Amino acid sequence: MMKYAISLLLGLLCGVALFIISLLYNPFIANRTLTPLSVGDTAVTSLSYTAVPAKSIAFTNSGAGRLQPHPKGIRLLREDTLELTDIMVAEMRDARGQTAGIGVKFSSRSERTNLLRGEALVNSAWYVHLPGRGSFFVEQSENYWQFIQNVLVPAYRNSANSWKGKWSGDLSAGPGALGVARVTGVGGSLLGLSMVAVESLSVQAYSTDNGPVSAEGRLLIKMLQPDDVTATE
Amino acid sequence: MLKTFMIGLVLGVLATAGALYAFPVVDLQREHSLVSVATNGGNVESFYINVPADRILARQPGQDSLLPDMLEWPGANVLQPIGMELYKIRNERGVVIGVASQLSESGSTSTDWLLHFPARGSQLISVQTQATSSGALRGDLRAGSREFAKRRGSVAVRWVTDDSADEGVAGGRIEMLTNYISRVDRQ
Repeated sequence: MMKYAISLLLGLLCGVALFIISLLYNPFIANRTLTPLSVGDTAVTSLSYTAVPAKSIAFTNSGAGRLQPHPKGIRLLREDTLELTDIMVAEMRDARGQTAGIGVKFSSRSERTNLLRGEALVNSAWYVHLPGRGSFFVEQSENYWQFIQNVLVPAYRNSANSWKGKWSGDLSAGPGALGVARVTGVGGSLLGLSMVAVESLSVQAYSTDNGPVSAEGRLLIKMLQPDDVTATE
Repeated sequence: MLKTFMIGLVLGVLATAGALYAFPVVDLQREHSLVSVATNGGNVESFYINVPADRILARQPGQDSLLPDMLEWPGANVLQPIGMELYKIRNERGVVIGVASQLSESGSTSTDWLLHFPARGSQLISVQTQATSSGALRGDLRAGSREFAKRRGSVAVRWVTDDSADEGVAGGRIEMLTNYISRVDRQ
């Protein structure tokens, strides 16, 4: 009797493991490699920022995860309603690497997350202020599934609990058509303008203890043409 | 025995799939939205920020004091006129329900607030720096996401001094009264 119970238990464990592996390496989950904004001839604006919390101006969260708040002494978001929320303040750089402005990003894990469909979703909002030009608001859902598959899981698999390599991918997953973020100009010369954006992440090193060691984020912003308006609604 | 193992294997696969399907991976803590309807239409909601208790970060141009003390503001010239504060934001019952940022630039006639409520969405409000006759600062909802995506309306921001605060500490609270209406309703 005992050997059947052990056999069933082993089968159950193997079943769970098999399912998780097939989920992580599911070939039917689309791997988006091309930024929709790179298609077309309209000029895009690129803003980059460091995606390493310790190199940002400020970063805070509940303090329970692997991403450590920065700088030392910053208040944590320990309240129940904020425990899945991160705040980042970052210096935004233009395509030439010059400081163009400042950005605040609020992000919270999304209840629409569905791992069966390869959706590890985060709802986020950016406020970016570019002195002399204006400011804009970005609303988006981000999908971290590709990041989990290509960086996080290999980092945990590695005996040194770290990952080194080169991974780049788009994070934006809506609410616009083709998974682009919706951008609204809210100040200066950008006031009232409708735009779309794609946020992407480029990671070179990752540690399971401290999160990204070398990583850069990028916001690619495109002004909407009249023909595009219906496509994004 | 192999047959039992295979049954276990299938059960394991089905149980994991079922669990992922049935139970939410992310379950945000929610508070009831304390919204009332204004006499002339629109949904009215109040938010509060206790100062300094709810302040997460503070940097004002020309001032040496920073919060937190270890904050290093970038040296780039374009960022020197920028003032920024980050707060936790509370509902009418005093429960923390979100976070907010306030960003201003020296010489500007308005200040931009970004409010983020994890379970509801975000709103971007532009507030005039000149107070109205009632003593409040008036602002407008410029953009929003999710619950606030199709809203428009106004905001009144008021500073209320707390006389019971410790000596030497500027205590009080920021009150924000929002009055929004659905854009669809107006058509």
